[in-house]
Amino acid sequence: MELTFYTCALVSIIAALRCVTQTNPVHSLLYLVVVLLAVAGIFFAIGAPFAGALEVIVYAGAIMVLFVFVVMMLNLGAETAAQEHAWLRPRTWIGPGILATIMLASLVSGVLHAPGLAGTATVDAKQVGIALFGPYLLAVELASLMLLGALVAAYHLGREETR
Amino acid sequence: MNLLPLPDLLAVGAAIGRAVVLLLIVVLFAAYLSFIERRVLALWQDRYGPNRVGPFGIWQLPADVIKMLFKEDWIPPFADRLTFIIAPVIAMSALFISFVIVPVSPTWGVSDMNIGILFFMAMAGLTVYAVLFSGWSSNSKYALLGSLRSAAQTVSYEVFMGLSLMGVVAQTGSFNMRDIVEAQQGMWFIVPQFLGFVTFLMAAIAVTHRSPFDLPEAEQELGAGYHTEYAGMKWAMFFVGEYVGIVVVSALLTALFLGGWYGPGPEWLAGFWFSIKTLFFVMLFILLRAALPRPRYDHLMAAGWMVCLPLTLLNLLVTGAVLLMQ
Repeated sequence: MELTFYTCALVSIIAALRCVTQTNPVHSLLYLVVVLLAVAGIFFAIGAPFAGALEVIVYAGAIMVLFVFVVMMLNLGAETAAQEHAWLRPRTWIGPGILATIMLASLVSGVLHAPGLAGTATVDAKQVGIALFGPYLLAVELASLMLLGALVAAYHLGREETR
Repeated sequence: MNLLPLPDLLAVGAAIGRAVVLLLIVVLFAAYLSFIERRVLALWQDRYGPNRVGPFGIWQLPADVIKMLFKEDWIPPFADRLTFIIAPVIAMSALFISFVIVPVSPTWGVSDMNIGILFFMAMAGLTVYAVLFSGWSSNSKYALLGSLRSAAQTVSYEVFMGLSLMGVVAQTGSFNMRDIVEAQQGMWFIVPQFLGFVTFLMAAIAVTHRSPFDLPEAEQELGAGYHTEYAGMKWAMFFVGEYVGIVVVSALLTALFLGGWYGPGPEWLAGFWFSIKTLFFVMLFILLRAALPRPRYDHLMAAGWMVCLPLTLLNLLVTGAVLLMQ
């Protein structure tokens, strides 16, 4: 299991780097899908198969499909790749890079000083459901309200004008 | 790492052997299905079909494979190489991998996952990338139009494909396929979950791009749709991928709604009953192709969102109410 974890972690880091440095938008999205699959693999390895499956279904299977769909419709050509290339100069990324390194350092020190992970017990769907509709009920309700709002907005925007 | 004792090693070896045999059967049957489909379609349409190569034409498939292997493996110069090559691989493997959750008999099955059905839905969600990437990388308008259609169709039908199975999951109380089959000992789920069965069947046809829902490759309008630019073995992988999809979805329909391996007779007939039921669905898929015309695209989308989605929600609501009352 540890080997699976480190393999998936390595794959996800490499794919995330490629996702950022890639100039072709569709290739970049392909790497992002690989990142999501690798993160799902990590979930499987640390004993949360339900979260892993949802990660693949929701992010890789639905949200990223819409991203790819839109990018395909935009028909981005060589100019976009050149623009992306221009944005990848050190001048652009050095500031955010330093800030991100500071954050990474604090994250690493936090992980190093944290108490060890609590076992590798498998969290199955039933436990997730009980947690969601017990202590986290308010969050579920708020999320559903937000989705309802999005649904109404999408209906309004997509409505055909009659007359 | 210490070695396992010998009996355990033998058990592991037997499990791996069974898994390999099952997956080989699936992929070989899927490949042979192209020949079976042509013969059966011909029979229903009062023709002969391919009957020249060997007795009853059974060597047609090896002949086709040899022809395909010797074709030039050509990538169009205007195509995007990375995505062009990766698309057929996804097309063939994504649904094929999801066969691992199907329990064929009480003792035979590749993997006994707790999240069974969810794993299938994850893999079905990934199949759409095959069509998306092949359409985009081909750099041709017919391929792009086909893949746009396919993306919209698959995403819409996946929404209620998941919902249509939730009634079964609620009745069983588990995502595990083995639990689901064992819960059907008294009555097959096709009776209490009939709405779920009908909607899942429709979603399954749409997800495998089978006729009458094969608009992504509607030959009258789009040439061959998303795989217009493909040739040789890459095209063959799309082709076999479609049949693998049919076999996997038929096996799932059997396990989820037709009681899996249960049937009259002694226990050792389990595999036989499972195969017969799966074969029934495979033939149903082929018959649908022979019998039904293709709907218009907006009708297809409207049927998905305005008929099937409310039906599955209603089914889930009623199932939940009945379960709470018991």
